[in-house]
Amino acid sequence: MRRQLRATASVALILFGLVGCAASPAPENDSLYQAMGGQAGINRVVEGLLYQIADDERIVHHFADTDIARLQEKLQEQFCVEAGGPCVYSGDSMADVHAGFELTEADFNALVEDLIAAMEAEQLPVIVQNRLLQRLAPMRADIIYR
Amino acid sequence: MRRAERLFRWAAMKKTALCGIGLLCLAGTVCADTGGRLLATGGVTNIEGSAGGGIVPWAVLSGYGARGEWGGDAFATRVDTGDYRLDAFGASLAFNNRVELSVARQRLDMDALTKAAGLPHKSLNQDIFGVKLRLFGDLVYDRLPQVALGAQYKRQTNFLIPSLVGARRDSDTDYYLAGSRLFLGAVGGYNLLVNGTLRYSRANETGLLGFGGDRRDSRTLLKEGSVALLLNPRWVVGVEYREKPDNLSFAGESDWQDVFVGYFPSKRLALAAAWAELGEIATLEDQRGLFLSMQLSY
Repeated sequence: MRRQLRATASVALILFGLVGCAASPAPENDSLYQAMGGQAGINRVVEGLLYQIADDERIVHHFADTDIARLQEKLQEQFCVEAGGPCVYSGDSMADVHAGFELTEADFNALVEDLIAAMEAEQLPVIVQNRLLQRLAPMRADIIYR
Repeated sequence: MRRAERLFRWAAMKKTALCGIGLLCLAGTVCADTGGRLLATGGVTNIEGSAGGGIVPWAVLSGYGARGEWGGDAFATRVDTGDYRLDAFGASLAFNNRVELSVARQRLDMDALTKAAGLPHKSLNQDIFGVKLRLFGDLVYDRLPQVALGAQYKRQTNFLIPSLVGARRDSDTDYYLAGSRLFLGAVGGYNLLVNGTLRYSRANETGLLGFGGDRRDSRTLLKEGSVALLLNPRWVVGVEYREKPDNLSFAGESDWQDVFVGYFPSKRLALAAAWAELGEIATLEDQRGLFLSMQLSY
């Protein structure tokens, strides 16, 4: 009985210990920025992402009134900052940008899929893709159902 | 930049056209979109019909429905050890990434044992009706892991043999609490899925040999777990462990484990293969063999 209790407690620890990381602090170095091929590589991913979105009937309508040139510039800055590159993000906060769009979980995931497709097209290794996704994932709470 | 803007305008027009086609599709499910969750986040289907690994139910819900969407799957699984062959198939529906309903049928063929022991039946069968409720959390994003509470009502449908070896009842309910989390880039940059499940059950060999027994008739808490590494969005490798009760004195019941590889070519299809170590089953020891599973989902 005692052994059972102890084992149960350890599983409970596993169950509830699976707590993810909260919002990411700034990267310690520019290794992700370098792994993505610097600003040129990041710009190619952003351009690829925009083409993916343009082709994505699930979410393209959300961009109907978007200034695409500005979006492209801000995404380049943002990805650069999140990758630890030498940039400053000059755009508005994620919460402000997405306010009123009523974006759903499914919308958010559709964009994630488009981003993965863009990174695959640039032949970025999976572990590099995962690092960028890990940086961007905490923004979800500021983006959906706003 | 010009090109990207032009593309967007063209896409907006195309969207309008597609809406028209979409209306035509409403009647048929053939061109229904798959759900809005990410690839592989519905896992595969466990042998009892619940979304999870092969032998362990996870906290994830079947199919790909996100909040406000439906999802679901149909599956078929075969495990062959030479002495025994388990066939399981079933289907499930999930709504709102919140609740999952499932139904599954299992058939365990035991030709070797039937011949050796002169048993009256060649197989053991049961039906399983499952419900799973996501309590809180998210597999990938929330601060908390995804945690779900589940129940599996099981009905053994040819109870003669189980009753002869000491099983006490032909139907019962398993309850389980599962926690699942995908850690992005956790192991050498690869995503890691960790699942822990606590099951409260008295099912003998998942229920195929009935419920409760001469040695013990009350439920016990059983620990189950899975760890999976996502090599990329489509390929997964992992291990599973499932503790089992030991209620019948005529034979030992072993814990189960397996190593698996899962392939998710699309949100429609998933394939899983595993090597399963099942130990002693109804007096036959060292049962091990290949586990193959196919799942269609949306």
